[in-house]
Amino acid sequence: MNPGVKSAESAESGVESGVEPVVLASGVRMGYGGVQVLNGVDFAVAPGEVSCIIGPSGSGKSTFLRCLNGLEPVLGGSLRVLGEEVGHTLRDGRYHPWTPKEFAAFRKNIGMVFQRFNLFAHQSALENVACGPVHVLDTPQDRARTLAMEHLDRVGLADHAHKRPHQLSGGQQQRVAIARALAMSPTLMLFDEPTSALDPELVDEVLEVMKGLAAEGMTMVVVTHEIAFAREVGDRLTFFADGVVVEQGGPRELLAAPAHERTRAFLSSVLGSEDGRS
Amino acid sequence: MRTEPIAGPSGPPVPVARTLHWGRWVSAAVALAVAGWLVYLVVVNPHLDWGKVAEYLFNDRILAGVWVTIEISVLATALGLVLGVLVAVMRLAHNPVLSALASGYIWFFRGTPVLVQLIFWYNLAFLFPELVLKIPFTMIGLKWDTNQVMTGFTSAMLGLGLNLAAYFAETVRAGIQAVDRGQTEAAYALGMTPAKRMRVIVLPQALRIIIPPTGNEFISMLKTTSLVYVVAGHDLMTNASQIYKANNRIMELLIVASVWYMLMTAVATFLQGRLERRFGSDAVRLVRGGGAAARVLPKVAA
Repeated sequence: MNPGVKSAESAESGVESGVEPVVLASGVRMGYGGVQVLNGVDFAVAPGEVSCIIGPSGSGKSTFLRCLNGLEPVLGGSLRVLGEEVGHTLRDGRYHPWTPKEFAAFRKNIGMVFQRFNLFAHQSALENVACGPVHVLDTPQDRARTLAMEHLDRVGLADHAHKRPHQLSGGQQQRVAIARALAMSPTLMLFDEPTSALDPELVDEVLEVMKGLAAEGMTMVVVTHEIAFAREVGDRLTFFADGVVVEQGGPRELLAAPAHERTRAFLSSVLGSEDGRS
Repeated sequence: MRTEPIAGPSGPPVPVARTLHWGRWVSAAVALAVAGWLVYLVVVNPHLDWGKVAEYLFNDRILAGVWVTIEISVLATALGLVLGVLVAVMRLAHNPVLSALASGYIWFFRGTPVLVQLIFWYNLAFLFPELVLKIPFTMIGLKWDTNQVMTGFTSAMLGLGLNLAAYFAETVRAGIQAVDRGQTEAAYALGMTPAKRMRVIVLPQALRIIIPPTGNEFISMLKTTSLVYVVAGHDLMTNASQIYKANNRIMELLIVASVWYMLMTAVATFLQGRLERRFGSDAVRLVRGGGAAARVLPKVAA
């Protein structure tokens, strides 16, 4: 492993002893078809923390995020999320693989926002937001719709409640997707490059919603290319490359003085176009 | 085509000449001549009694046969559609046993001629003289005489329905697989089980792709029911054949039957067009667009 990697358990991880971390990964490995995607990831998130992950494409950052809610299987190491070993339950001295039902129950508490929004195409914005509560939490239809309306209002889309996803702009769709995830009252929110598929002028409306969420103390893990967002909103910044954590720390310090050559090279290529903003 | 006069080089507008489509005129003339000749040959044929055609067109047995044909078509199609969705979902299941069962079903029913299947069901009594449904190791249950259950009508419905299910399952599978993978991931991320994701998210969207071909299946079924005459199902073809076997007016009764089949197909084609207009074009209007079909279908799917 890379000698300079700071382990998740170090004092800098932001996880204080005594507080149960929301995410605790140690040596997480994952791969498909003989290709190793994650080569032993150490990573931790404390309650209420906004943790941003950056890195070149193919570095495994999105795959790692998808491991956190079990959309991708972990093949080695330990990944504890919300106090559970993802995918397995310890019982009678053995780890028993989860059934689809157990996976579903686990994911109820974790909201996820996708790069390509993935709104349900056959439902209106309101139905999308009410979908989880109605079909997963068995909330009565009326109550779920009232709550859904409040969530849409919060992301500024109450006027568009009855529109279909294809009638909304990318930014509006992504805000509906955030409202849909929030409607489940999750304890952890995962964002998988939420602004990468958006036209430049629509990025800010989505980031504004995420900033509001961070200000309210939501625990968030955000895979992103928005360095400015990471600097301004993030509590921690992690740089991924080749399936491992190269370095992590406070966003301002890490961006100002990256310790590793890989990080420096990546940041200079990303920030090259952004210098005016920093 | 432009009809408005064009401003000429010397100033005043010049009219546009009409294009003469010589190819269209020639092909129309040839087609008319050939079709007219064929119709003439049939109409004036001394061996064909048009009076008999008119006489039998609204014959009671023919009308009863038309009704039975519609009944068998509707019931067999309904059975095929429901079973087809079930087989398709099984085929895509992660459970390898269910998936293999579905593949075996599709292979068997597509691999044997529907005529063989019809005769098989009709003659089931040779293998099982009695059909028994009872709780094992007890005497509690029900028993039927196979020959009374397997009438021409029920064996027709079973044979055609089970056969359609095998073909339709492949249509449904294609529809399900065409739904974007991201929809499934979003459903899982919300905490849905695989079954709930299928019912609430995937199937309603797959309907857009599945519904238009169902019209085609039904039209095809209307004509396939004519095979039922081998098991004497009292459908249109059975009754027509029984009449011509008695009076030897084969051509006249085939014309009578064909007229009815064509009429039924025309009606079904019209309905199919409406179905496709409602469901074929727009991914979004398909499930909850309003209108009768849209009010019924989401309940079937959801």
